Amino acid sequence: MTAAIEVRAVEKRFGNVGIIRDLNLGVAKGERHAIIGPNGAGKSTTFNLISGHIKPTSGEVKLNGDVISGLRPFEINRRGLSRSFQVTNVFARMSVWENVRCAVLWATGHRYAFWKNVDSLPEVRERTAQILDDIHLTHRRDVPAGLLTYAEQRELEIGITIASGATVVMLDEPTAGMSHAETDRAVSLIRRLTEGKTLVIVEHDMSVVFGLADRISVLVYGHIIASGTPEEIRRDPKVKEAYLGEEAH
Amino acid sequence: MTTATRSTSKATATPAGGGVRFYGVWLLGIAVLIVLPLIFSSGGSLTSFSLIGIAIVFALSYNILLGQTGLLSFGHAVHYGLGGFAACHMMNAVVSHGWPIPLPFIPLFGGIGGLVFAMIIGWVMTKRAGTVFAMISLGIGELVASSSLILRSMFGGEAGITTDRTALPKMLGWSFGPQLQVYYLIAFWLVLSAIAMYALTRTPLGRISNAVRDNPERVQFIGYDPHVVRYLAFCFAGFFAGVAGGLAAINFEIANSAYLGAIQSGLVLFSTFIGGTAYFFGPMLGAILVTYLQLGLTNVTSVWQLYFGIIFIGIVMFSPGGIAGLLMMHRPLVRAGTLWTVIPSYLVAIVPTVALACGVILTIETVARYSGGDPINLFGISFNAKSPVTWIAAAVLLVGGAFVARLAWRRIADAWDRAATVARDRGYLA
Ligand SMILES: Nc1ncnc2c1ncn2[C@@H]1O[C@H](COP(=O)(O)OP(=O)(O)OP(=O)(O)O)[C@@H](O)[C@H]1O
Ligand SMILES: [Mg+2]
Repeated sequence: MTAAIEVRAVEKRFGNVGIIRDLNLGVAKGERHAIIGPNGAGKSTTFNLISGHIKPTSGEVKLNGDVISGLRPFEINRRGLSRSFQVTNVFARMSVWENVRCAVLWATGHRYAFWKNVDSLPEVRERTAQILDDIHLTHRRDVPAGLLTYAEQRELEIGITIASGATVVMLDEPTAGMSHAETDRAVSLIRRLTEGKTLVIVEHDMSVVFGLADRISVLVYGHIIASGTPEEIRRDPKVKEAYLGEEAH
Repeated sequence: MTTATRSTSKATATPAGGGVRFYGVWLLGIAVLIVLPLIFSSGGSLTSFSLIGIAIVFALSYNILLGQTGLLSFGHAVHYGLGGFAACHMMNAVVSHGWPIPLPFIPLFGGIGGLVFAMIIGWVMTKRAGTVFAMISLGIGELVASSSLILRSMFGGEAGITTDRTALPKMLGWSFGPQLQVYYLIAFWLVLSAIAMYALTRTPLGRISNAVRDNPERVQFIGYDPHVVRYLAFCFAGFFAGVAGGLAAINFEIANSAYLGAIQSGLVLFSTFIGGTAYFFGPMLGAILVTYLQLGLTNVTSVWQLYFGIIFIGIVMFSPGGIAGLLMMHRPLVRAGTLWTVIPSYLVAIVPTVALACGVILTIETVARYSGGDPINLFGISFNAKSPVTWIAAAVLLVGGAFVARLAWRRIADAWDRAATVARDRGYLA
């Protein structure tokens, strides 16, 4: 079976600085894969490379067996990969409802249509309502996204990301800055919404990571030093030294 | 959190009768357009209404770019002007070939003129938004304006291209000689264009245009190419600007290089911004106000541009949402029934604000006419620009007005805060 995501020998330099060095990563279909690593390790940069936000200096990225490195973000998105952002990245002046609906439009085939009334597209309405319900924001549907609380914006960020129905979902620190209760809620939300999909998640909260992930990759200085099941990662001496060691004391 | 919860459930509940009210507003607008020339039937009024109608179509088309898609253009008059020229050439061609095309169809060709040019230059122009787009639009504007003086066969040089609207085939017995008939033609196209442009905002493209305005980066990650969205919006804006230009060509029976110059481009930006870009009806208000000021002020004062500048700066600084933004600010207060608590402080503020405005006007006029020496006549009162009495009056009004007005405005702000707090507590977003 081809992997959902396959990153092969990817390098990324900003100027002279090599941020990502010989990155290799495989994520199987249907797998929940966590990427962990210290601050500045290159986790978000890895997301940017896979989602087409930036182009690799060398190496290639495959989505379901097709090379996608070099494609534009929207082309990659149309092939079924959707990502969220570490720093909330929504449509601030539009309502919560509009935010989610915009994310539904391409996938429901309405694209750039200027001859259809957006309010009278039943499948768009139903799907938007369903997602608002899923992310518990139905009661906030008419509020401009910019006026939501931080936790609500993070939930909307997830909603926009999954709205297109992408089969590969990448979430960059979805619970960052959330309280314990909010984190628990967000995790069960993520678990439910990515049922049957491939999930790649960057997360600092180890209880979330070990509770959610089928496999974990550890990224240090732009290089994956270990990749395996949570058990394997827990036991890996390199990981202990480079990353978990810090947590231990 | 509980307040917020309550607020939205109420807010969603309100538009139950929204459909009726929505169509009511449009029907009311149409009724006003029909009745207006019957009430104000002087030649001057008809001319003003016609110009306002054209200005509204033009400003609405500009807002497809500025308000809907977040594109700041300094050269939108290019499409207006080319639409005007296209309409003139079409009218002349209809007459000389004897084609059976009556005048009411001519604005469509104006629109096509604006659209074709937008389609040609738009792809390169809309590659980037922001400053890059603004600068290119400025460049294209200058380029086309100067070409219009060079390419004589197409643009008629300084004189422009003239035409005779009455020479076209009649429709329903209308010759379109009288201004009243021209007014109704403009009103018809105004309604048609306004409905079409409003409908555009309710389509998938219209919604995604807003998303591109808010966050072009994120749009790429929900499947859309912001470049394509901007290009399509640009083409629609070009089309409707061309319609407005076509209407102007019919109204004036001429198209010349002034149509597509920087002044015209500045004026539409100005109207749209003053009216308010965040609401569909904002540019309509702006177009009405600016056209009226333009028609009124040019007769009264030689420095009317200065007043435009002051109004513009005032709006940018104190009400970036424009007139529409100011009006819509009151909606939650009206809904919550707390507007009446603000009204008294508004009334109190009127006198010092008017005094301040008079001070500003008197100062400007004194300075402007000091060298000229002709007497100033303000609201029927005569002043001598060289007399110290005038200077003192101006200074007193200016300084005193500003001082008292500041106090009055602070009072408004306080009253406003209290009213808004109550409105929020009663569950309306304010
Ligand atoms: N566009 C850029 N230009 C230059 N340097 C960059 C750029 N983007 C990221 N970097 C650098 O690359 C490194 C990795 O950044 P990245 O955001 O990927 O880290 P991260 O693992 O996501 O960290 P965090 O846990 O803090 O989110 C950082 O040192 C950052 O400064
Ligand atoms: Mg990061």
